Amino acid sequence: MSALSVIYALLFYAATLIFLVGVGRKIWIYAKTPAPLKIPTMPAPVTQTGVVLRMAREVVLFASLFKSNKWIWLFGWLFHMAMFLVLARHLRYFTDPVWWWVNLIQPFGKYAAFGMLLGLLGLWGRRFFVERIRYITSPSDHLMLALLLGIVITGMSMTFVSHTDIVMVKDFFRGLMTGSIRPLPDDLNLLLHLALVATLLIVFPISKLLHAPGVFFSPTRNQVDNAREKRHIAPWAAELDAAESGN
Amino acid sequence: MADFDIPELKETLEIPPLKEDAMAHSKPYVAKAEFQEALGFPGELIDNWEDVAVKKLGELKGKFRSLQVFLDSCVKCGACTDKCHYFLGTADPKNMPVARQDLLRKVYRRYYTFAGRFFPKLVGAVDMTREVLDEWYSYFHQCSQCRRCSVYCPYGIDTAEISMAAREIMDAVGLGQKYCNEIIAKVHKIGNNLGLPEPALADTLEGLEEEVKDDTGVDIKFPLDVKGADILLVTPSADFFAEPHVDGLIGYAKVFHETGASWTLSSYASEAANFGMFIGSYENMRRVSRRIRKAAKELGVKRIIFGECGHAWRVAYSFLNTLAGPWDFLDPNYPVPQHICEYTWDAIQKGKLKFDPSENDHMTLTFHDSCNVARASRMGDKPGGQLEIPRNIIKTVCNNYVDMPENTIGEATFCCGGGGGLLTDDLMELRVKGAMPRMAAYKSVVDEYGVTNLAAICAICKTQFAKVLPYYGFTMDQIVSVHQLVGDALILSDAPSEDAGDEADDE
Ligand code: HEM
Ligand code: SF4
Ligand code: SF4
Repeated sequence: MSALSVIYALLFYAATLIFLVGVGRKIWIYAKTPAPLKIPTMPAPVTQTGVVLRMAREVVLFASLFKSNKWIWLFGWLFHMAMFLVLARHLRYFTDPVWWWVNLIQPFGKYAAFGMLLGLLGLWGRRFFVERIRYITSPSDHLMLALLLGIVITGMSMTFVSHTDIVMVKDFFRGLMTGSIRPLPDDLNLLLHLALVATLLIVFPISKLLHAPGVFFSPTRNQVDNAREKRHIAPWAAELDAAESGN
Repeated sequence: MADFDIPELKETLEIPPLKEDAMAHSKPYVAKAEFQEALGFPGELIDNWEDVAVKKLGELKGKFRSLQVFLDSCVKCGACTDKCHYFLGTADPKNMPVARQDLLRKVYRRYYTFAGRFFPKLVGAVDMTREVLDEWYSYFHQCSQCRRCSVYCPYGIDTAEISMAAREIMDAVGLGQKYCNEIIAKVHKIGNNLGLPEPALADTLEGLEEEVKDDTGVDIKFPLDVKGADILLVTPSADFFAEPHVDGLIGYAKVFHETGASWTLSSYASEAANFGMFIGSYENMRRVSRRIRKAAKELGVKRIIFGECGHAWRVAYSFLNTLAGPWDFLDPNYPVPQHICEYTWDAIQKGKLKFDPSENDHMTLTFHDSCNVARASRMGDKPGGQLEIPRNIIKTVCNNYVDMPENTIGEATFCCGGGGGLLTDDLMELRVKGAMPRMAAYKSVVDEYGVTNLAAICAICKTQFAKVLPYYGFTMDQIVSVHQLVGDALILSDAPSEDAGDEADDE
């Protein structure tokens, strides 16, 4: 067993832990923080089913973004949808036997990487060429795109340029899942890819990637428009009422 | 006319190249100690304000999920950057919604996030300094809380929520805005924004009765503090005297008269506006709202109806049940509260009102969707009723109606430029520049369809337009109240004989 395999094993345990605890903690905070007032952006659905549909349109189609800016939508949607395909395809490295639907998307998942690449380049380009977006960009915004692009490029070069020993990689991750450390191929490209992925997991809970859980908790998008029919009151606001008797 | 450049009205709305700090000088007057204290805030900037501000931010993000989620979730995609009328009118990049949010977010990051605490430069986090506070005071008073940005953000991030929080923090450290806080203090003390006491109000209403009698020959009442009336009308106090607001009030009174309604105003709750929302103060907003509850109980009314006012309708429709409910002592057959447009439209549909729309033939109308009505409330029982019902009413009482371009109305409507507690002379430059997108849309229908007038259902919009229309080459009387149109076209069934002929023609 090489030291490298041990280091990577520990790295992935730590990164996964940080990711799960960090994102879990944020979700907990979002869930427990009250939304004391009804603030859906109107016109809004008047039923819970309507809200689920509204949210689905936002998450699957990026509906508001589409209304807003066709270029950002095009690049952003391409990147995300391609990313979800790629992520789904990656399940094959963690499952045995590989789930039928993961096999089904295998060919698409493989080429989705180009979609990610194009989307990311488009989004990054806007950060340089559109004055308004350049103005609001911080170094961290560049770094995030660089990180993702790094993952995509190292990943693609394994798929399309020089293959790594994928059976060994799968064995490594299947091993981690059962608590045993098995050897990892010492292929620079792979090691780089994995290091960047671990970094992404680690920064997820402390970065703007929190938009992924955040969108589901956004009161302007997830509230039902029924303020007149149903009294909506936060616990801390109910205390104000309780403090006043009568009236 | 002005010591600043008035934007040109172009045919297509252009996204301006950035002009950094173009509006850095814009600041409203600071509230005096007396009014700060009346609202429960420190009189002036306290000594340890940095600490208190940061703590207040921490408190607010624990009380408002919107704030916590919005501060974390922005990805700087830039979709909102060209959506704010103040940015379009001033070109100041800090008026781009995301940049405005960032003024607060950079402090949040510094004190409340790992990345900001340890790598401030990387994520643009900064300490709470006097410079930051001054910037807040300037730019959080350049947001009318119109929510246009929230329509276009992929996560619905509403900069209004951020502005409200920032203003609440500034109030908490003793840096309040004069215009809003003086007004709220007046409501707490007297009951309306103008500080109009009961005798003056009674006087004004009596004057109106005489005026309407002279005009129509009909005894139309403007009842005040009538116990046992069915309907409590809560309307913005500007309706009592300002033009064209008062014509709207006359319109409501005529509609009530014609439908045979028993109604009353209250001198205790003589204000629909609720500036507590503008300063983000739940407590003040609640205190103002509860005057309505008290008045409704004391007068023993069965229903509550709100007059034409945008943010008032937001607070009424979306928040009143929360702030001052439950309304179990009112008639359960009616939603609480209702909008006067809902009342009028309902009466029209039931055939209770007869109109002679030719009375409005000297005008070609268009309708300005007030931001708080369009994006923060509803009318009727279907989503979008807040956009349809006022238009349906106008089309019933006027023959000539044209909408402004699609991307400037409905949920995409542009703010009048004076909402959110900015309707004050010390922010005139901002108000004029912020009105540019609306004025450009108006001009396009004036040029293309010969539109002569702009109708609105908001006291702030009406005052703002009366003020800014002349800057753009229009006249102040081009802004009209929707219920003014209703009142002018309404056929009063008990009008003296000369009008009876008209009525017969119509039937
Ligand atoms: C529920 C899941 C998600 C939704 C609905 C979502 C939605 C969005 C939207 C609408 C944008 C703005 C448009 C754009 O710039 O692409 C965005 C930006 C972004 N998203 Fe997501 N996202 C999700 C999950 C993720 C995940 C899991 C990642 C990364 C691992 C991610 C990475 C990014 C990045 C880096 C940006 C900023 C792109 C830039 O810098 O311009 N997103 N997301
Ligand atoms: S709420 Fe309106 S005024 Fe405020 S930033 Fe958004 S678009 Fe501009
Ligand atoms: S649209 Fe929303 S996520 Fe995008 S920059 Fe603006 S506030 Fe941030």
